Amino acid sequence: MSVFVQQLINGLQRGSIYALIALGFTMVYGIIELINFAHGDMFMFGAYVAAFAGGAFLAQGYWAAFFGALLVSMVVTGLLGVLIERVAYRPLRYEPRFSALTTAMGVSLFLENFFALPSQAVPFPLNHVVFGPNYIRFPALLEVRTYSAGGIYFTTLHILDFVLAILLMLLLVYVIHYTLLGKAMRAVAFSKDGAKLMGINVDWTIAATFAIGSGLGAASGLMYGMTYGILASPYFGIFPGLQAFIAAVLGGIGIIPGAVLGGFLMGVSETFATSINSNLGYMISFLILIVVLLVKPAGLLGRLRRDKV
Amino acid sequence: MMRSIAVSILIFLLASPALGQQASVIKIGGLAPTTGNVATFGVGQRNSYELAVEEVNKAGGLKVGAARHRVQLIFEDEQNSPEVGATVARKLINQDGVKAILGPTNTKVCLAVGPIAQENKVPMITPTCTNPKVTLVGDFIYRAGFIDTFQGAVGAHFVHKTLGKRRAGVLFDNGNDYTKGLATYFRDAFEKLGGKVVAFESFTDEEKTVDFRAQLIRIKATNPDVLYTSDYYGAAALMAKQAKEIGMNVSLMGGDGFDSPDLMRIGGKDVEGVHFTNFYSQDDPSPEVQRFVKAYRAKYKDTPDAYAAQGYGGAQILFDAIQRAGKMDGPAIRDALAKTKGLRTVVGVITFDQNRNPTKPAVILQIKDGKQHFVTRVAPQDLPANIRP
Repeated sequence: MSVFVQQLINGLQRGSIYALIALGFTMVYGIIELINFAHGDMFMFGAYVAAFAGGAFLAQGYWAAFFGALLVSMVVTGLLGVLIERVAYRPLRYEPRFSALTTAMGVSLFLENFFALPSQAVPFPLNHVVFGPNYIRFPALLEVRTYSAGGIYFTTLHILDFVLAILLMLLLVYVIHYTLLGKAMRAVAFSKDGAKLMGINVDWTIAATFAIGSGLGAASGLMYGMTYGILASPYFGIFPGLQAFIAAVLGGIGIIPGAVLGGFLMGVSETFATSINSNLGYMISFLILIVVLLVKPAGLLGRLRRDKV
Repeated sequence: MMRSIAVSILIFLLASPALGQQASVIKIGGLAPTTGNVATFGVGQRNSYELAVEEVNKAGGLKVGAARHRVQLIFEDEQNSPEVGATVARKLINQDGVKAILGPTNTKVCLAVGPIAQENKVPMITPTCTNPKVTLVGDFIYRAGFIDTFQGAVGAHFVHKTLGKRRAGVLFDNGNDYTKGLATYFRDAFEKLGGKVVAFESFTDEEKTVDFRAQLIRIKATNPDVLYTSDYYGAAALMAKQAKEIGMNVSLMGGDGFDSPDLMRIGGKDVEGVHFTNFYSQDDPSPEVQRFVKAYRAKYKDTPDAYAAQGYGGAQILFDAIQRAGKMDGPAIRDALAKTKGLRTVVGVITFDQNRNPTKPAVILQIKDGKQHFVTRVAPQDLPANIRP
């Protein structure tokens, strides 16, 4: 029994991280129906920025380091997201959707391979920008305590990951449904041309969505780094990015609570599958996806013909 | 005047073939992963190749037949990737025309590069690939380190006899020939000694997996008193952290893949007390080791790890063979390598067996206060007969 609960707790933590990534993913899809393959790289980029920023803030104490890293990485990653949208996606906005999809893949591969360059291979000043292909340690930004009760162990990070995933989800729902920006986003998602006729600045609205989505990616990168304490290489966003994409589709892509639900489902099923047979974990999570989509093609919370975002 | 210039040019032209021969260069390929998940191994190994080449050139080069030859090292980063390794090995052989290859570093890359070297009749000495299959590829493939059947047995013997543990959990990367092999050899030896392997868990792809808790919880449920993992330092540090996090209080034992300062950097206090088998210890008092450690420190301001020492040893073995071969062609160097006997190197006294593996001892190290400490040295004859490879 305690083994079961322990696996559940760890599955929920892993799910929280997937959910956080999936939130940003589903937002971007919701507004321009672009599968942003570079989102896993926003997550990676945010994690590296958080590692450097957090390390710099550590002298000011734990909480300052945590919030400093969160703020800096969300802002910097948000700006990168806006830049990518401006350079690679906006010019293709009215072109066939496949063009945008392909650019997204290109952007993703470019970012991974650029940031993985060894610094000595890159001329100044770019060699200060690349992260290099090696392991880096993620600094401990908070004092992590381990609690145990009845043979079940959990840490401060289990709680923090979970709370942050739920909190950000609620915040996003609030922004989308109760603010002017949210209203504009929903309008743009419904019809770009219609929104423009109503005096909404479509470019600005889409840029803001990218800023928020990429910022969320950075937040998830920070939580990932703190949870596992290691960043393997600039390629480490690929797999969680893929998992988050699946989580978003599983919950119903474009639907905010769906992304979180999908994330938790992926995390928990993966952990349980792994605990039954260590090599089957990933295979089983993909099998779940296929089965769910066969039964409910629009995703768990999705209804065909529902408003996106 | 014109005449004398013409004469001197003529003399120079006539003499130059001889001159050219005297100053000729023998090209050696070097392979190691200087980037990627085991970058600290590769950097040390490349440094050592360079140090060995620099020393031999300072001493006048290699004496092959009557003439002396400068050694030129052409180094390529194999990134611990079989695909990259195969590509750069082909480049070294076909484009640069190297006469022999030092490297690669890890088993999975060795298994990709070995067949290419064999096919082209270019002798290859891997400093640190430990899987038995590596040299079985063909008669051009040698190694400077021990094999995993031995390393696994040494680990099992130490856990069983010295630590007095009887119930072992094993966790390894099923997608990597090195970690899969070593885990299996440890299990076999441990069970032959009378111990019990209560859990044998795996995952796939160490670079992708950062969460080992599902496996660790399963292992914990079987109540082991030691956890053996054959993985590299990055994953090992994470396992140590996560095992502590779920309240698993067991000794951790591993193989030569642990030998990196990054184990302590990432693992922090969670890797305190960890034991692992290794090729060498910098505390070894033998004059060969101490001279090497001093030279390496002087050049790189850093202490060489076992991977660096093995790289240097591999170069020593190769240079010795080239001088004895008397010719700079692959088969001649191979024949000389096969006859290597009692050669004193930084990695021990080297004699090759029929499978081109050297007989050499292993050491056991422990992490204490964030540093490696020498515990003991184990030679093949120190092991009980039933687990000797």
